[in-house]
Amino acid sequence: MRAAQDVLHIRGVEKRVPEHNALAVGEDNGTLLTDESPPGETPYDVEAVRADFPILHRPVRGGPLVYLDTAASAQKPAQVIEAERAFYAEDYANIHRGLYFLSQRASERYGGARRKVAAFLNARHEHEIVFTRSATEGINLVAAGFGEAYLKEGDEVLVTGLEHHANIVPWQMLREKKGIVLRVAPLNDAGEVPLEDFTALLGPRTRLAAFAQVSNALGTVLPVVEMIRAAHATGAKVLIDGAQSVVHMGVDVQALDCDFFVFSGHKLYGPTGIGVLYGKEALLDAMLPYQGGGDMIANVTFEKTTFAPLPAKFEAGTPAIAQAVGLGAAIDYATNLGLDRIAAHEASLLDYATRRLSAIKSLAIVGTAARKASVVSFILDGVHPHDIAHVLDSRGVAVRAGHHCAQPVMARFGVPATVRASFGLYNTNAEVDALAEALESVEALFAR
Amino acid sequence: MSENLDLRDLYQEAVLDHCRHPRNRRTMADCSHVARGENVSCGDAVVVFLKTDDEGVIRDVAFDGQSCAIATASASLMTEVLAEKTPAQAKCLFDRFHALATGGEEAPANGMRHEVEQIAMLSGLCDYPARVKCAMLAWDTMLAALENPKSKGA
Repeated sequence: MRAAQDVLHIRGVEKRVPEHNALAVGEDNGTLLTDESPPGETPYDVEAVRADFPILHRPVRGGPLVYLDTAASAQKPAQVIEAERAFYAEDYANIHRGLYFLSQRASERYGGARRKVAAFLNARHEHEIVFTRSATEGINLVAAGFGEAYLKEGDEVLVTGLEHHANIVPWQMLREKKGIVLRVAPLNDAGEVPLEDFTALLGPRTRLAAFAQVSNALGTVLPVVEMIRAAHATGAKVLIDGAQSVVHMGVDVQALDCDFFVFSGHKLYGPTGIGVLYGKEALLDAMLPYQGGGDMIANVTFEKTTFAPLPAKFEAGTPAIAQAVGLGAAIDYATNLGLDRIAAHEASLLDYATRRLSAIKSLAIVGTAARKASVVSFILDGVHPHDIAHVLDSRGVAVRAGHHCAQPVMARFGVPATVRASFGLYNTNAEVDALAEALESVEALFAR
Repeated sequence: MSENLDLRDLYQEAVLDHCRHPRNRRTMADCSHVARGENVSCGDAVVVFLKTDDEGVIRDVAFDGQSCAIATASASLMTEVLAEKTPAQAKCLFDRFHALATGGEEAPANGMRHEVEQIAMLSGLCDYPARVKCAMLAWDTMLAALENPKSKGA
């Protein structure tokens, strides 16, 4: 139950962050699992939760679906599906410019979704929440806007060796454009980013540190509180890629004091096509719009255009209105279930999966950080990850095999690819067993 | 093993044998043609070497690289069926294999019955579109190699 303790923190009151407390925060509903919790006890009725997810009851390859690819994208509860359907059926019109009832209603729903996101992240202001297409778009927006406003040739952006390509390539593109320097904090053999190595790379020219809170490829939880503090101490701003973290733990952007935070809706049991950028008001104000178009202007003449205030300035064009409403429903779903309880459930799954998979003789887990989210990346001796995933699929077990859009991580561990099983709020120990048994059948098939 | 029946259609014993004991997996310093191919979706890479004689007939074929079982078996099998073929015959077998892998219309094989029978061991592929790229990696690279003769004296 160690991991449960690690993952759970208290919203708002966590100003003094304990030594090993990387994460600010989930809500304290008083249901922390402790070392006294009986093994195997789950913090909620998983079967009741599974009943909310229609797709989990769809047979695959002649048997039940064992969905272990939630880190790539989470499945959707009926509440989210229904929220989007009902919005289209009852409240839909374009937002902002209509003077009629439905347009006003749709605008209210869209604004309501923004309020939910602001509360979910504990942002100081609703207008610090910008809806994007994805976490990727959020990072690109910051690279373009912050890069233009604040970075000049020779300035440094610091990332880590764990980053998803989405937090590497935009900075390389900015390097081409502006001549910035991209620095990379190295990983240790466990797949962690040692704080001292990160801190050592912060210098007088570091303008921005941009890093994941949780690694998508390995599940490593980074010590972001300490990393943010260290970056701020040298005057650098901080962008957190929260695509993998918001699903596993509560996030409080004020407690973290990060300058930017991005995440995507589809990994949070919400729709595709919607993401969120949080940015501190002063920084967003200083940045130029990412795209020009409708909805982001105050006044347009052919001589001069003035931009709309936040957040409309960054939301050119008709946004993903229904998807924002769906994201709001997903946030409601997760918070009603309880972020701390989800974290405890996932920690218990991770613990069980780590033990169960470690018992398979030819299996090696890649990424053995002391603090991990519910992701297990692994290889089997002598069998290529694609073949493993293929055999698992034949038994209805859906996992990801490949480089997980993190090729530098693969290179660091000297493997072309891994198999990744990732667990969400609806997974069960029985599904871990199904994975382990399927892996044993892989061993048997490829045995010499 | 009934639940693995369809799986065994692809991972046949003959395929697994090619995977465990790849034929002609080596480099070839005196090759006449060489190309490197990469499956960008997974990072697997292969180098294909060909040696043709003065008439253009393929006298030796080899491949090098680490890849998944399907890509390895397909490359190994390819080196066996391409030996002593003309470039036109190699292209013909490519078309035949591509049709087999994708479930497309079978291209005429111009009498190469034995070779067609051999590549049929991978006909299970057509049920797994995600693996077609794995199986085609060596074949695509072979075509690129045919168009990439090493300059004389190089």
